[in-house]
Amino acid sequence: MIHQYKLNGYNIVLDVYSGAVHVVDDVAYDIIAMFENTPKEKIVCDITKRYNGNKGISEKDVLECIEDIQGLKNSGKLFSEDTYGNQVIDFKSRNTVVKALCLHVAHTCNLNCEYCFASQGKYSSEHKERALMSFEVGKQALDFLVASSGTRVNLEVDFFGGEPLMNWEVVKQLVSYARGIEKEKNKKFRFTLTTNGMLIDDDVIDFANKEMYNVVLSLDGRKEVHDHLRKNYKGEGSYDIIVPKFQKLAQSRGQKNYYVRGTFTHNNVDFTNDIFHMADLGFTELSMEPVVCSPSDPYALTQEDLPRLFEQYEILAKEMIKRKKAGSGFTFYHYMIDLKHGPCIYKRIAGCGSGTEYMAVTPWGELFPCHQFVNDPKYSLGNIWDGVTNTALRDEFKLCNVYARPQCTDCWARLYCSGGCAANAYHASGNITGIYQYGCELFRKRMECAIMIQAAQADK
Amino acid sequence: RIKTLDTRDLAKSVSDGGCGECQTSCQSACKTSCVANQPCENKAVKND
Repeated sequence: MIHQYKLNGYNIVLDVYSGAVHVVDDVAYDIIAMFENTPKEKIVCDITKRYNGNKGISEKDVLECIEDIQGLKNSGKLFSEDTYGNQVIDFKSRNTVVKALCLHVAHTCNLNCEYCFASQGKYSSEHKERALMSFEVGKQALDFLVASSGTRVNLEVDFFGGEPLMNWEVVKQLVSYARGIEKEKNKKFRFTLTTNGMLIDDDVIDFANKEMYNVVLSLDGRKEVHDHLRKNYKGEGSYDIIVPKFQKLAQSRGQKNYYVRGTFTHNNVDFTNDIFHMADLGFTELSMEPVVCSPSDPYALTQEDLPRLFEQYEILAKEMIKRKKAGSGFTFYHYMIDLKHGPCIYKRIAGCGSGTEYMAVTPWGELFPCHQFVNDPKYSLGNIWDGVTNTALRDEFKLCNVYARPQCTDCWARLYCSGGCAANAYHASGNITGIYQYGCELFRKRMECAIMIQAAQADK
Repeated sequence: RIKTLDTRDLAKSVSDGGCGECQTSCQSACKTSCVANQPCENKAVKND
């Protein structure tokens, strides 16, 4: 399977199953489009006629190009076949270890963001009350992670919520506990922190710079956009409070190992202006995500928004190329693909690891496949004392890969998204092996832009 | 006419991949629409 597209002056051909990317001229682009289902004589006739005069393409030129394309096909870099399907059988019996935990240290929040997937930090369920994780539960969660991680050395723990800084002392105690057992257990913990920034102070900054491998800072962009949905319980926007704190934190980290991460909604389909605003504030590590919510929510993205969003992703890619050349570049998370050292085929098939390699832990110590399933009783995996007791559910997630989704069969991006997010699929289709069509549309556009940026960088 | 970029050969990664040393995807920035931008942690691949 191949995918051909034109963007920003580049003609790009992606060979799906080998991962090869070709940047071609107009003649090769047209020949490749005809190659698999058109007799050679007709290709020669059509192409020489089409390019007669303006590019002086001779019959010999076309035949040479056909030969080059055949050579790429013979070497497995064009029109390659899917030979990986059989490997899915291995995924059934593979012995996975737990690599990462999302620790919900606070099911409470000091903001009241309208679009919050976690119901303002509480997570909707029978646990209506707000809650903080105790040190004892957190310690047991870390012990569970160590015990479930096999011989793996690097373990990841994300302090999440709600707002984790509302339980900051426990966070610090847990980091201290983890550091204390690293040597004995032959483990190395990588901690990350996801925060709305309201409680950041010098103590948080110093500790985060010493102990946090990554920090995710929630900012939606322009003040009026951010404050429209990210308010406190008095209805006041949070932009003026958090931006100086984020700037201080990012600066103190040397502008690395953090992400300023926003959410865009129907209210700001011109979201690139929010990304540029973040860059203009001095932030260089940026991420901006489409809101995922009920279609009936007033801020939900609509089908009518899609063409505008596609255009925005293209504007962003072109501007990033321009700014990088000018020496004022910034990183956009979804455009960070490494064609040479990216994930292997196993990772591309298996996906994010939710429910098997990655789990979320509630303040009560219950285990869920990821933060987006928390407190949905159907998706309880077990708890940190008894481990994974719902092994049928874990096996369901083990098999929840790109080959489990019939709707992905003909999609060129399937080995870039691995079938997409199980939680989004579940919320959109009622099944973790379904798909979230709107997310697919946006993902494909992002990948086209990301690959185009790679082509532009190779064009230097 | 045709310029082929330097990419990891996915067919070859059947044999040189699968070590499992990579991070899970969710330890990064997105948290809502999770593998394309996950770096490979296999030392041999990283040094290639």
